[in-house]
Amino acid sequence: MSAPAVAELRLAVDRELCESCLYYMLLMRELEERIELKLYRQGKIQGGCYTGRGQEAIPVGSALHSRPGDWLTPSHRDMAALLIRGIEPREILAQYMGRATGLTHGRDGNMHMGCARRHCVPIISSIGASIPVAGGLAFAMQYRGEDNVVFNYTGDGASSRGDWHEGLNMAAVMNLPIVYLCNNNLYAYSTPLDKQMKIHDIADRVSAYGIPSEIVDGNDVLAIYGASERAVAHVRSGNGPYFIECKTFRMSGHSAHDPADYVPEELRAQWLRKDPILSLQKRMVEEFGADEQVFVDTRKKVLEEIDEAVNWALAQPYPDPATVEDNVYESI
Amino acid sequence: MAETTYVEAIRTGIWEEMERDESVFVMGEDVGIYGGAFKVTKGMVEHFGERRVVDTPLSESAIVGAGTGAAINGLRPILEMQFADFMACGFDQITNFAAKCRYRWGQAIPMVIRAPAGGNIHGGPFHSQNVEMPYVHTPGLKVVQPATSYDAKGLIKASIRDNDPVIFLEHKYLYRSVKEDLPDTDFTVPLGKSRIQRDGSDISIITYGWMVHVALEAAERLAENGISIEVLDLRTLMPLDRESILRTAKKTSKIILLHEDTLTGGLGGELAGIIAEHAFDYLDGPLVRIAAPDTPVPFSEPLEKAFLPSTDEVVNKAQWLYRF
Repeated sequence: MSAPAVAELRLAVDRELCESCLYYMLLMRELEERIELKLYRQGKIQGGCYTGRGQEAIPVGSALHSRPGDWLTPSHRDMAALLIRGIEPREILAQYMGRATGLTHGRDGNMHMGCARRHCVPIISSIGASIPVAGGLAFAMQYRGEDNVVFNYTGDGASSRGDWHEGLNMAAVMNLPIVYLCNNNLYAYSTPLDKQMKIHDIADRVSAYGIPSEIVDGNDVLAIYGASERAVAHVRSGNGPYFIECKTFRMSGHSAHDPADYVPEELRAQWLRKDPILSLQKRMVEEFGADEQVFVDTRKKVLEEIDEAVNWALAQPYPDPATVEDNVYESI
Repeated sequence: MAETTYVEAIRTGIWEEMERDESVFVMGEDVGIYGGAFKVTKGMVEHFGERRVVDTPLSESAIVGAGTGAAINGLRPILEMQFADFMACGFDQITNFAAKCRYRWGQAIPMVIRAPAGGNIHGGPFHSQNVEMPYVHTPGLKVVQPATSYDAKGLIKASIRDNDPVIFLEHKYLYRSVKEDLPDTDFTVPLGKSRIQRDGSDISIITYGWMVHVALEAAERLAENGISIEVLDLRTLMPLDRESILRTAKKTSKIILLHEDTLTGGLGGELAGIIAEHAFDYLDGPLVRIAAPDTPVPFSEPLEKAFLPSTDEVVNKAQWLYRF
């Protein structure tokens, strides 16, 4: 049997990559929909729900490049980054339900979750604060002479905060190994971009700090994958930080309690047509000869996984009130 | 070790810990070739190199955020804030993130934030404040303020070895005004433990920082009038050494709570609360608070003098309490 041609190999690799992307994007979409549209409405979730519906391509296209020694600081719209790092849907569900076995053991809620073992820093709710923290994670890598990198995730709103500017500037000056992923989804809660800044591209701000950047279609997972590949290569080689601005759109409100009726219908309709999951499926068919059965099978697998995780999480105990004062200090 | 000033004590403490542990590093504004605004890090960059003595941009929030990130990723940062007043610029990172990491996700933050605090140096409203209370009031942080060279060295070493974020307040008036012989041994002073600086029987003065010296001066003068003062130096403000506070309260039954910080919301109120709750039956007089008035720290000498608690004030109030 003769070896397959290079082009065929490439196609197989691309198809496999697409399938992997699709799996994580669907898992994030379906898991968040189960949380927001079902469990939240049934009163099984404590507190609010913040989803990344429509932005799944960004954590997926980037975090797939991460290695075990890397660190990630995801935002509240990047659940797939946690999934790619090995955090399981059932841990996420137990977190949302405030259970003892959730990622923060009931100490924090919803997307405010992370895991030291999987190198994911939980969201810092003061948006933009993760930028300096990413700098410190990266500083430690540089200090030890590692070629690991930090993947930092924020949105357009974060770029209005002082921390964002302080942290980017410091990272540039210190040549720190950080890949920044910015989801520019046109809204910070209800505030449109033109009330946040006089410019259109966040990348314009980044250039002032001497950080190379590129702007990509944030709903095109393969474009993000490619940009992240370039970014990671640049950063791992010791060339300092790299910034990727992903133009995207929040397909839901800021959170479950926000109907987002401040978004013009036309704009919403325009972006709904660019759903990143449907776009990927279309490309898989047109460019990589995928069979639509793959989509049906993937979705079925994802839903089964979620059903199982929900059942597990619902059976988990709540934290013991007697532990309320535990873990404030190592010892006193 | 020969006569060691407070500033030298902190420097040698940091130096020894950096020699002992490769993961310890210093980061802040002007800490490198300049040696820090108060010269605490003098000579360090020459000895340890720029990798471990890191000059940063003028960005307190980024310094604290980066320190916290480095602590998450296995290092033990010592951050210098040029003045304690400017810690406010990193307040969010300190109180909303660093302080809460252990509680939220079990992540230790072994980090020291050093900050020159306090007045009596004509620093005015931006360079003289005592900013301890917002940090004392943030669960997850430890807050320390040494009064002597021995404690400065022992506490900075213990703070560096501690696995929780420590706000280390250095009194800038003490940097070069106190000195003492220090042992050559590798000693530390445990966090959370106060120290009796003077043994006495009539009145207890519970205090910390520069005010320890004011209390000792007052005690000396009061002794001439036959009044015996006990001076308890808290050393750590969070967690408080409740046991020793109650022990001295029960011993003398008359208490003065003295601090350089302003009165309302100052630590004196918390100390009064602890004593009133747990030693009320032992008290022979009212709890007396001596503190700065509720104003910004003024600049000009006569104003600053009027603002700062003085030895005279302590002597007068102690005499009044003695006669009560």
